Amino acid sequence: MYSFEPNEEQQMLIDAVSRFAVNDLRPVAHDAEEEGKLPPKIISKGWEMGVLQASIPEAYGGFGEHSAVTGVLAAEEMAYGDLAGTLAVMTPSLFVLPILLAGTEEQKKQYIPPVIEADWQPYTAALIEYAFDFNALELRTTAVADGGDYVLNGEKTFVPYAKDAPAMIVYANLDGQTQAFIVPKTVAGLSVGEEAEKWMSLKALPTYRVKLENVRIPKANRLGGEAGHDVKPILAASWVALAALAVGVARAAFEYSRDYAKEREVFGVKVAQKQAIAFFLAEMATEIEAIRMLTWEAAWKLDTGAEDGYKAAYLAYMGAVDMAMMVTDRAVQILGGYGYIREYPVEMWMRNGRGFASFTGLAIV
Amino acid sequence: MTIEFETPKPIAQQQYVLKTVAENMMRSVSREMDENEHAIPYGYIEFMHAAMKATGAGSLAPKEEKKEEDANKPKRPPIGYQMLAHMLEMLAWGDVGMYLVTPGGGLGAAAVQAAATPEQKQKFLARFAGEKPTFAAMCMTEPGAGSDTSAIKTTAVLDEKTNEWVINGEKIFVTAGHKSMVPNDQFGKGFIVVWASIDPSAGRAGMRGFVIEQGTPGVTVTKLEHKMGIRASDTAAISLVDVRVPFDHVLGSPTVEKQTEKGFKKAMATFDATRPLVAATGIGVARAALEFVKEKLAENGIEIRYGLPCNQLTSIERDVIDMEVMLRAGWLMVIKAVWMADNSKPNALESSMSKVKAGDVTTKITQKAVELMGPLGYSREFLLEKWFRDAKITDIYEGTGQINRLIVARQILGYSGAELR
Repeated sequence: MYSFEPNEEQQMLIDAVSRFAVNDLRPVAHDAEEEGKLPPKIISKGWEMGVLQASIPEAYGGFGEHSAVTGVLAAEEMAYGDLAGTLAVMTPSLFVLPILLAGTEEQKKQYIPPVIEADWQPYTAALIEYAFDFNALELRTTAVADGGDYVLNGEKTFVPYAKDAPAMIVYANLDGQTQAFIVPKTVAGLSVGEEAEKWMSLKALPTYRVKLENVRIPKANRLGGEAGHDVKPILAASWVALAALAVGVARAAFEYSRDYAKEREVFGVKVAQKQAIAFFLAEMATEIEAIRMLTWEAAWKLDTGAEDGYKAAYLAYMGAVDMAMMVTDRAVQILGGYGYIREYPVEMWMRNGRGFASFTGLAIV
Repeated sequence: MTIEFETPKPIAQQQYVLKTVAENMMRSVSREMDENEHAIPYGYIEFMHAAMKATGAGSLAPKEEKKEEDANKPKRPPIGYQMLAHMLEMLAWGDVGMYLVTPGGGLGAAAVQAAATPEQKQKFLARFAGEKPTFAAMCMTEPGAGSDTSAIKTTAVLDEKTNEWVINGEKIFVTAGHKSMVPNDQFGKGFIVVWASIDPSAGRAGMRGFVIEQGTPGVTVTKLEHKMGIRASDTAAISLVDVRVPFDHVLGSPTVEKQTEKGFKKAMATFDATRPLVAATGIGVARAALEFVKEKLAENGIEIRYGLPCNQLTSIERDVIDMEVMLRAGWLMVIKAVWMADNSKPNALESSMSKVKAGDVTTKITQKAVELMGPLGYSREFLLEKWFRDAKITDIYEGTGQINRLIVARQILGYSGAELR
């Protein structure tokens, strides 16, 4: 059957996340971006809504089932409030969900409950590398088997909250394959940059460079154990998450510029009454809906184990990257000069919008 | 409710059969039909007529439920429009020009279905289940009135002495107008639905549809257009000079209610239902083109490497990925719009959005496909150049891309036609 309406539980979650996004995240987004810091209370309040906890089975300390569909619904809704805030609240999922998706039973039992049953703690993950041709399937960071250990070497960037993270997932190239490893903070050879990194946006989300110099971890810390795992489902779950976040950011920009266009007078009419602007808005709304549909279907394919789930997730992400840029750019254009002024939120959404091309690994559902 | 993307079983079965039809009865004669404009694909028409008679499928407006459902039987969600959208997509994948000459009444029957009384439906629609394939057509456009239907000049005046409507005017771009109105031994007797004003001072409120039967004096097919594509489909010009039809050939109320624009809204309601269906035909053409490209690339050992960052894709890979994104998104928007129609959810926005998107997707994909395939794309030895020509109509008929953008914009802004012109 085809069906396009969230179920009752999902709708309740969407409503709760929507309240948080509108009442909590959005009001602090501007100052958080300017000051480079989110109020900690906001993060814990977001965590307590239990979006991640609800996608973890009871056996591992949660109270639900993993569902990428539910995940993308929540992600869109929260990003509508603020992208940096959403990524901050959801940072622990970067650690938990890869273990849930690809870990052994022991790994799940050992690592998931301490994160899920506690207050928000910055468990995180390190995938991205600081190179224009970064490719998650051909990492420069290496893992080499050595006796009972793996030895990791390389440098990672864009690692949220790395400085305070008790542990992180590190992705590395093992014999040509991207594999994930659970790396505790205390291990020798792991160093985190002193200063938070500087990006075009997401200033409220502290991210760090992480250096791995002959980091030795036991073989048991490889996700999936000795046999390892297929990294593709993890990448796919990241792509649909990013696509959903892009839809949320784009929707925020679309609605703001639509409302502005209905207020602003030009030549005796509202600017929205000019076809040039009205057509902009019509196309923005159409593209948002188009990518939302692709994202939902891809998430549904991941949930149902469809053969082409990986491809569908990649396509949704590729479409979302272009859509987010187009929509946020036009939102700025519709506001004209005000679009360029930081007092208004649309220029930040445009800076967010460009980022989706580089965010693979920064979110997961 | 839930979020699901599983093709319902009856639809999957239908598609399996239709694919055979599309391959063996459409693709096989596609080129011939294109090179011989206005040739009639009798084989396809007769086959479809027989098949539709046997299965009851295919009318643009789904049949109303005949039997009361057994109360104990679990009720299945309605999928009538979803089945139609899939059917049209597959037939258009076969050949969209030939699909347009599928018997069963097309838009003419859809207008009757949407606006007629039960007696009128019986009178006008029963013929489509008859012995011979039969056509009907919708006459809206005039030389001076396209998307702006308030500019329609055709009039219908009631002759109270004979209780007949007298219709005068000139209609153009009538799809299947020739097959509906010019007698042909192979076909049943068709009709056209002509949109005319019963009160020119009332604007759109005065607009009504009138059923005019084949053979009615005063109706002449004056021209068959020569077109860029969809050449198997006849596009007729029809002149109406003192055409007299019985009183009960008017669809909807014969009195003018100036406040409500009811008459016109009936016509527009037809479009809410048919826009995603027309969008579906565009998606079918686009899919044909994209499949051709991927097949040729595969033959030449070019594999699309899904999963790479975009700065490491080749130009061709990037193009194919963009085309796949567009095609799938466009199709899902169609499915959502018809799913809403099936579930009686108001879908004016989704319906127009799906048409906006399909118009873009269909033209962009076919244009890019010809570009990518070089001489193979431009050659008449393959069908790709034909699909490029066929595709363009998707962004024009059933409301141009621009008119549909206007409708989407009005919906999202909460503006009336007067506020956003």
